[in-house]
Amino acid sequence: MRTLFVLLDKEFRQFFRNPFLPKMVIVFPLMVMFVIPWVATLDVRHIDVAVVDHDCSQTSRRIVAKVAASDCFTLRKTAGVYGAALRSLEDGEADVILEIPRGFERALTTAAPDRVSIAANGVNALKGSLGGQYLMAVVGETVAELAREQGRVPPDETLVVQNRYNPTLEYRYFMIPALMIMLLVMLCGFLPALNLVSEKEIGTIEQINVTPVGRLTFALAKLIPFWVIGLVVLGLTMVVARLVYGLAPAGSIPSIFLAAALFIFTMSGLGLGIANGSANMQQTMFVMFFFVMIFILMSGLVTPIESMPRWAQYISRFLPPSYFVDSMRALYLKGATLADLWMNYAALALFAVVFNGWAARSYRKQL
Amino acid sequence: MKARNGFFAFVRKETLHILRDPRTMLIVLGIPVVQLLLFGFAISTEVNNIDFAVAAPHPSETVRRVVARIAANDYFTFRGYVDAARIDRVLRTAEADVVVVFADDFDRRRTVSCAAIPAAAGETTLAVADGKAAVQLIFDASNPNTAAAGAGYLQSILTGEDSLGTERAGVEMRLLYNPQMKSAYNFVPGIMGLLFILICSIMTSVSIVREKESGTMEVLLVSPVRPVWIVFAKMIPYFLLSCFDLSVILLLARYVLGVPMSGSIAGIVGVSILYLLLALALGLFISTIADRQATALVISAMLMLLPVIMLSGMVFPVENMPGVLQALSCAIPARWYIEAVRKLMVQALPFSAVVREFLILLAMTLALIGIALRKFNDKLE
Amino acid sequence: MNNSEIILSVRELTKRFGTFTAVDRISFEVRRGEIFGFLGANGAGKTTAMRMLCGLSYPTAGFGTVAGYDIATQGEAIKRRIGYMSQRFSLYDDLTVMENIRLFGGIYGLSRREILRRAAELLRRLGFRGEARTRVGALPLGWKQKLAFAVATLHRPEVVFLDEPTGGVDPVTRRQFWELIYEAAAGGTTIFVTTHYMDEAEYCSRVSIMVDGRIRAIGTPAELKRQFAAESVDELFRSLARGAKRSE
Repeated sequence: MRTLFVLLDKEFRQFFRNPFLPKMVIVFPLMVMFVIPWVATLDVRHIDVAVVDHDCSQTSRRIVAKVAASDCFTLRKTAGVYGAALRSLEDGEADVILEIPRGFERALTTAAPDRVSIAANGVNALKGSLGGQYLMAVVGETVAELAREQGRVPPDETLVVQNRYNPTLEYRYFMIPALMIMLLVMLCGFLPALNLVSEKEIGTIEQINVTPVGRLTFALAKLIPFWVIGLVVLGLTMVVARLVYGLAPAGSIPSIFLAAALFIFTMSGLGLGIANGSANMQQTMFVMFFFVMIFILMSGLVTPIESMPRWAQYISRFLPPSYFVDSMRALYLKGATLADLWMNYAALALFAVVFNGWAARSYRKQL
Repeated sequence: MKARNGFFAFVRKETLHILRDPRTMLIVLGIPVVQLLLFGFAISTEVNNIDFAVAAPHPSETVRRVVARIAANDYFTFRGYVDAARIDRVLRTAEADVVVVFADDFDRRRTVSCAAIPAAAGETTLAVADGKAAVQLIFDASNPNTAAAGAGYLQSILTGEDSLGTERAGVEMRLLYNPQMKSAYNFVPGIMGLLFILICSIMTSVSIVREKESGTMEVLLVSPVRPVWIVFAKMIPYFLLSCFDLSVILLLARYVLGVPMSGSIAGIVGVSILYLLLALALGLFISTIADRQATALVISAMLMLLPVIMLSGMVFPVENMPGVLQALSCAIPARWYIEAVRKLMVQALPFSAVVREFLILLAMTLALIGIALRKFNDKLE
Repeated sequence: MNNSEIILSVRELTKRFGTFTAVDRISFEVRRGEIFGFLGANGAGKTTAMRMLCGLSYPTAGFGTVAGYDIATQGEAIKRRIGYMSQRFSLYDDLTVMENIRLFGGIYGLSRREILRRAAELLRRLGFRGEARTRVGALPLGWKQKLAFAVATLHRPEVVFLDEPTGGVDPVTRRQFWELIYEAAAGGTTIFVTTHYMDEAEYCSRVSIMVDGRIRAIGTPAELKRQFAAESVDELFRSLARGAKRSE
């Protein structure tokens, strides 16, 4: 026990004496929290529309005016032929083409109206599909409005949509917990790995290896500082989320910290294990980088797990962050309780035990 | 002549460093392949798997028919009937993403039409359950995209002509270039942009800083070869290694992921090679500001990862960002590269369409090399 | 010599890496309080042998004890009773002199008071009084080596292993370093030292000379010179090492 304190004392002194790390650990999360939430939006806005109006009727003009007036759309081009509109799409000037067929207005009163066609740039799948849908809705709405004015049957308003937990569909609220997690993934994964492997490269670890320090003591001394750093960073980012973005957790703060602690244990154990298994810093970093990329891109942080193919969803079950991402969003936005999420907690605890056990085992004093 | 021989001697030395460390080489060659395949197939921003539950006090024949209709849609998975009192719990524990609530007099009011459009930014959909609505959709909006897209899909299913018999102004929608909406097309350029810049800058910065740390750099610098050439000699083998990575990635993208690449192949290769040079120059620049390998790694791997993922337009479209951040994103090389590769690879535009991106990347590369060499020389004096 | 107890004994100790035999069936004994010089050309297998004795590496075959414990199975017990100073300087550069002392004192379980007492004594002996708060990285190499030795003996180990402790150190400091070694040996600590300086070998109570993984000569410097009819250990070493098949 005393040995542990002695080693911890050393680790903390080295950390604070580093000219770069302490500053980075504070400044980097702050910068990320101040900047990225403004970026992290999949709200589809500023959709550039090119219109091809073959009908040139009152109705079609009304639709175009409505589109132009909407916040979501910017009318970029009015073309006479589809080919011209398509070119503006290729040049990146427009995202969506709205084509109103000849005789559209006249056909509206008949049983099978001609269809307005919407062609969206599919390169960005989300922007394309959502932008197209919005446009569809605007067209539908305008047509319904016209129908009402002309005294035809007004549509029955019988479908109601209710958005729980995030009624304003604020994408930022969805991303902020994810950013906290990304920071923890990086700080608590990379830093312990770097710390250990640099002792290896400098050679000081050999001096420790000839001492009677136990494996577990040594591993703990390497891990605990990063647990502390992780929790401090989490607290810091939570304060920023509250003050800058007005996002307070709906769930209980202790259960957030409990989940975070389990996750931090897991990540730092992984970092240490990888460092133990690597010969030099470059290797450690590449392997760590490999995992961090997979963690960030495949555990539901930026894109939904449900959108992935089945095999990929299966992989994501073996990624510790996917449980933490799920829990953090549920805790932060939905006000879930520990009881609701006990399976996630259990999974994280299991990962923590496995990874740290592996880290402590793979640290070999002998060759 | 002599100096040139010296230069090639250095190139040989650097190549040997790489070849003698097969494990690192394997990692450097293996990571891009595994990640491109993994992410290319796996990542998608498309909302295509929504779990729905149904709350219906009297699940009549009509209700069952409507439910079956939703369940038959590929995007929806039916998770069962729930009691109205348990709706919140079902959503909170993520058993379902949406609960479809049928009014008890649903059968009488078979006409359902669209009152709420999918909530576009800011324009909040009416959220009041007035008790009169025949169908109410209650979403777990903690993921706003799933909620918005799901509302869109459900509305078109519920109001579709032959489901409930309401006519709707005919609108048809199609997506161009990528009609199956495969996000792989969208993500391949992004993944390339991310992988190249990180791998190249990690490799060069670390290999230079390692020599600084171990003191061998001084040995090299006292040789008659000019410092500039020493630095270039370091970059050449890594450049070749990255070119190999590039060709593997392009082949995989074409033949495994099925990215069409009907545009100018020469253009794609040209822009990519320029981008590799830029990434190597960035590594060089990092090596002039970092004294320890650990610092170089933290800068090149950690600090760069987030901005590249977030600001380059890889996941989040640049045009959606506020003005200040759009300006900021201009400073991120990956943004220009990804834009150029998207145009060439996915949209099949000719090289002339990416001249602007190409020139910007070129300017950035020259500037980085200039600054790095200047700093490098300054340190010597 | 005298009959004092044997503190380190090795029989047929072997270490193979694949097909390469780094240490080939070496056997010898060291008595308490001796200064044992472990000589050999680069690549002769000295460091490998020493690492096995310190519990940093497992033997492939053979048997050895240090301070009464088996090197193959009781490595951790051995570590409590030895000190080690590696070829590469291995104190923490970014910690001060005092912080390094506190760290290693604490690791070996010395009490806080004991550490302070020994540190004060040690700093006085090394003439480091003013340097307690200096970062180790800022010290000249010779000072660092003296400090590393002092730290390696802080917990009063039974055996101290020194792997080329004086490489790159100036003659004056080397002299001072050996005084420290004598002092420690006089206090009953056994010293096991490798070196390339043959004048240092003359200071040892006994030396062994390793060539190609095997011990070719062992005894007091005087005995060996007589046995091989050499003027000095230096000459003896050259004649033996010349026959080596492998060098670095």
